[in-house]
Amino acid sequence: MKSLYTWAAIVAVASASVVGDILLAHAMKQVGDVHALWRRSGLFTVVGRILGNRNFFLGVTAMAVAFFSLLFALSWGDVSLVAPAAASLTFIGNAFAAKIFLHEKVDRRRWIAAVLVAAGVALVAG
Amino acid sequence: MTFRKYLVLAGVTVFAAAGDSMLSHGMKQTGNISLHHLQSVILAVRNPWVAVGIVLLLAFFASYMNALSWADLTYVLPATSLGYVLLALVAKFALHEQVSPMRWIGIALITGGVGFVAGGPSLTSHEHGEKSPLLAKDARNGAPDVEVEPTISGVER
Repeated sequence: MKSLYTWAAIVAVASASVVGDILLAHAMKQVGDVHALWRRSGLFTVVGRILGNRNFFLGVTAMAVAFFSLLFALSWGDVSLVAPAAASLTFIGNAFAAKIFLHEKVDRRRWIAAVLVAAGVALVAG
Repeated sequence: MTFRKYLVLAGVTVFAAAGDSMLSHGMKQTGNISLHHLQSVILAVRNPWVAVGIVLLLAFFASYMNALSWADLTYVLPATSLGYVLLALVAKFALHEQVSPMRWIGIALITGGVGFVAGGPSLTSHEHGEKSPLLAKDARNGAPDVEVEPTISGVER
């Protein structure tokens, strides 16, 4: 039962991180290339445009949810299981979500990379 | 990819790794925090390691947002995972800690994965600009300081 809770918490952490990453990535694409924007209109315009973006705030909120779910997950399960499992799941989930929601071209090269990095993170953090 | 963009990606990697390790070092000095006394988390900020760690993580967030403004999420994320490699190398060569064979295999996998992504285009979405009115407007204005990556035109390598 305890391991079921732990895995539920791990899935919650990974889902919230994926939602947060997708929202933040989408927000920053709406803002546009900050280098170009900064040079053209100055730092205040950049900051203003980011802080005025609804997706940015939703993304930060999702990241906060992910952080607190991680705290809960860590209180139920081992660090050596929770941290790498959540990081790996986030990685794979992000590749799927970026393809579906952000219309990124996740080609074979990027799939291989996502799987390699997810496996590597599981080994290193475990 | 310009030199400045590589610098931003390096910032994502280094700030995340350094910030995390300082936080973890500081929190170990602070001691266990019970879920019933969450307010003691606030007090942990008084630890200088924790404070510096938070500043570094803010720097990480800034460079991460910067990178996401001109590159795909699936391009930037492997860069963040390079931090694990960095931490293991620091542990081995600066702190002279033992790094297990499993970790070395993990490091090799991450490095290989990053190599795969780095060889490809950094931006594949929004090739017609219809998803983002702002991007499309910038491209139409043809401002000379807008760097247009060759891959924006949707050419898949």
